[in-house]
Amino acid sequence: MQTELIQEARRQAEICNACRYCEGYCSVFPSLHAERAFSDGNITQLANLCHNCRGCYYACQYTAPHEFDLNLPKALAEVRRDSWESFAWPQPLARRFHTQGGVIALALVIGFALLFWAIRAIGSSGGEGFYAVLSHNAMVAIFAPAFLLPLFSIAISLRRYWAEVGGKPIQISDLTTAFKRAGKMQDLAAGHGEGCNFEDEDRFSQGRRHIHHAIMYGFLLCFASTSVATVMHYGFGLHAPYSFWSLPKLFGISGGILLTLGCGAMVLLKRKSDRNLGDPSAWGGDIAFILLLGFVGFSGLVLYALGSTTLMPQLLAIHLGSVLAFFLLTPYTKMAHGFYRLAALVRDAQRKRGS
Amino acid sequence: MATQTEAYDIAVIGGGNAALCAAMTAAEAGARVLILETAPKPYRGGNSRHTRNFRCMHHGPLGPLVDAYSEDEYLSDLLKVTYGKTDEHLARLAIRTSEECLPWMEERGVRFQPSLSGTLSLARTNAFFMGGGKSLVNAYYRTVAGLGVDALYEAAVTHLELNGDQIEWVDYTYEGQSHRITPKAVIVASGGFQADTDWLTRAWGEPAKNFLIRGTPYNRGVVLADLLDQGVESVGDPTQCHAVAIDGRAPKFDGGIVTRLDCVPFSIVVNKNAERFYDEGEDVWPKRYAIWGRLVAAQADQVGFVIIDAKSLNLFMPSVFPPLKADTLEELAAKMSLPADKLTATVAEFNAACGDTSGFHPTELDGVATSGLTPPKTNWARPITEPPFYGYSLRTGVTFTYLGLKVDDTAQCSTPNGKIKNLWAAGETMAGSILGQGYLAGFGMTIGTVFGRIAGREAATYAN
Ligand SMILES: Cc1cc2nc3c(=O)[nH]c(=O)nc-3n(C[C@H](O)[C@H](O)[C@H](O)COP(=O)(O)OP(=O)(O)OC[C@H]3O[C@@H](n4cnc5c(N)ncnc54)[C@H](O)[C@@H]3O)c2cc1C
Ligand code: SF4
Ligand code: SF4
Repeated sequence: MQTELIQEARRQAEICNACRYCEGYCSVFPSLHAERAFSDGNITQLANLCHNCRGCYYACQYTAPHEFDLNLPKALAEVRRDSWESFAWPQPLARRFHTQGGVIALALVIGFALLFWAIRAIGSSGGEGFYAVLSHNAMVAIFAPAFLLPLFSIAISLRRYWAEVGGKPIQISDLTTAFKRAGKMQDLAAGHGEGCNFEDEDRFSQGRRHIHHAIMYGFLLCFASTSVATVMHYGFGLHAPYSFWSLPKLFGISGGILLTLGCGAMVLLKRKSDRNLGDPSAWGGDIAFILLLGFVGFSGLVLYALGSTTLMPQLLAIHLGSVLAFFLLTPYTKMAHGFYRLAALVRDAQRKRGS
Repeated sequence: MATQTEAYDIAVIGGGNAALCAAMTAAEAGARVLILETAPKPYRGGNSRHTRNFRCMHHGPLGPLVDAYSEDEYLSDLLKVTYGKTDEHLARLAIRTSEECLPWMEERGVRFQPSLSGTLSLARTNAFFMGGGKSLVNAYYRTVAGLGVDALYEAAVTHLELNGDQIEWVDYTYEGQSHRITPKAVIVASGGFQADTDWLTRAWGEPAKNFLIRGTPYNRGVVLADLLDQGVESVGDPTQCHAVAIDGRAPKFDGGIVTRLDCVPFSIVVNKNAERFYDEGEDVWPKRYAIWGRLVAAQADQVGFVIIDAKSLNLFMPSVFPPLKADTLEELAAKMSLPADKLTATVAEFNAACGDTSGFHPTELDGVATSGLTPPKTNWARPITEPPFYGYSLRTGVTFTYLGLKVDDTAQCSTPNGKIKNLWAAGETMAGSILGQGYLAGFGMTIGTVFGRIAGREAATYAN
């Protein structure tokens, strides 16, 4: 990890610890106040607890031009990105994606190309619906590893994180506490429940929280759609294509709409917000990733709408190509933040119960 | 000289809590208001942006406040710290009105913390702002903007022209140009004069040059001096101010809250000759915090040095600058430029005077005292023996000065000939009307909120 980033966050955390005015805003501060001296692991944990809501920045008496020059959201964002990069496995891939939007676009194009190639080379072997273009077995052969490998990679990263922040054996209550906080995105509401300062300087708004909710639940619905379809396929022998009033379709369509709208709105919101209160070097990578995620949702919807036309094979390749790129990039892009954030909340739940 | 084309009913001078409360009240009453704030936008809000809480009377649980805090109890707390130097009529007015202020503040965007971890003893008397004073100031600027009030930053008021019983015009500079406006009424809320070192030095003498200013560098008393020169009635004693002992390494201005040091009760404090000069264990720290500003100011070079050992390091709030650290007292003395033999002798003498320390209790008066020592240490007296040894330097940090404008219970100013019909004052600039000396935590915001609202109401009534 980059010591100067940790050192700068530590300098700022020490000032906050003497001040404590922001105590009520989020879970970073109670966790910070529990320490007197900050190890690298403490700083990494604080960084991953931070939501970049910016409440503490606008409330701070010590922001530039004051000589203390506080910008805690930025300092923590930089440590956060750096921690993800250094915990990522395999390591050489990691440093590209957070900061370089172009690499993400390139990965997407490679994803398309692979799928087009697969459709031509492997083909349908006589299935129906989408399987008339690419057989079910071929899809499984491509997507099972594309799904499992990133999960394996993330598991390794999280173990590294856990060791760094001094995590203890996990209890069920730690998990339930963490999932509850994440589900409500409580910290994004600021201590008083009025949202964050992302949109328009010091005005509190729920915009980012609602948009983030749309993306998260949109993604989870899409994911549920695929999972339900898998169960239906293997468990009950019910094969695609499914009708509109089936669970996979209802989940998939509502999820796709939420995801598309959420990602679009998030890009607009990020363009409005002050880049210098986040990690400026990750801005391009973040935007590219959000666009990719939104494109996964959007191309899925288009595929649904035009699935019975002659455009279907191309649209299928484009949609599946984007899904492939998305899965493979998960451990190395902003998508990883969800996993780290949960881990940080679990660790914080442990701290609160005194372990 | 440029003339403002827009016609304002009321000019509010200053951009802190008192000014904003006045501006909101006046604008809500329909007046056309202009705020003139000398600081640039990031520093708007003066000392108010460094505050943390507001002291509030209440009959029962109110917002974040638990139990009740009566008018009489509040007043008796005030009398204790001011040794009776207060105008009881105005003090009661401020106290009584504070209760309705809390919901009023909430309606205008101020958010309070649920009761705080480390400061439970204050949960009954003081309401803490979520995010501190700067978030309060931000909320108020949003609210005034919504009310159509214009706020100019880097607009420094230089002169109010007093003619007989009224202010004729207001001069200020903005974007390198001088401007003159002729509002119907003027509200002064531009704080004390503590950031003007020359003025402090005239009042206090040479030692004041070594004082640090805890808050904004912009409260230089320009308008106060201008009005006093024109014969506006004043209150307070120029040598009275709120001063505490803060970390000697704090910036000259604007260090704010983080430069406070809470270690004194667990320490011995010496001057530059390594001699003790006061009972460090006299009372619990919030009560004694304020007197150390004056104690240090009275020492040579206006410095003091706090010495603790390893066993006390974790007993107080973390400090913003790390303490000096050494394995021996001699080494620590060298780091602090103190005479080493004298320091070791002072510590040895202190240690020898410590008795049974088994009753040591860091959070209450424990009566663990020295015997036969002058000055004594009457609580928390434990020998300083366990290396490493730690040291902090102390200097006097001024919060605000008390010399100000005399007001009546409608916040109106006057000359010896009677009331000035269109001039009101609020906040630190008139706080001396109530605070003759001493200070009660959270009372600055009470005075600013209560008198800001009164001034806004009265000025609007006059202007309409
Ligand atoms: C570190 C610190 C902590 C404190 N904590 C608390 C607390 O927790 N609770 C509490 O009640 N009190 C606290 N106080 C005291 C408190 O800050 C004041 O009592 C209160 O904020 C005063 O408000 P005000 O509006 O009168 O002055 P200020 O907030 O200082 O506002 C004065 C304004 O006038 C402007 N100004 C000055 N000269 C001119 C000019 N010539 N032209 C135009 N504008 C001018 C300044 O820029 C400033 O905006 C604290 C003070 C400090 C320094
Ligand atoms: S961000 Fe600023 S105001 Fe908030 S706790 Fe830190 S130093 Fe204090
Ligand atoms: S940016 Fe928001 S989440 Fe991050 S530390 Fe500040 S208040 Fe907490």
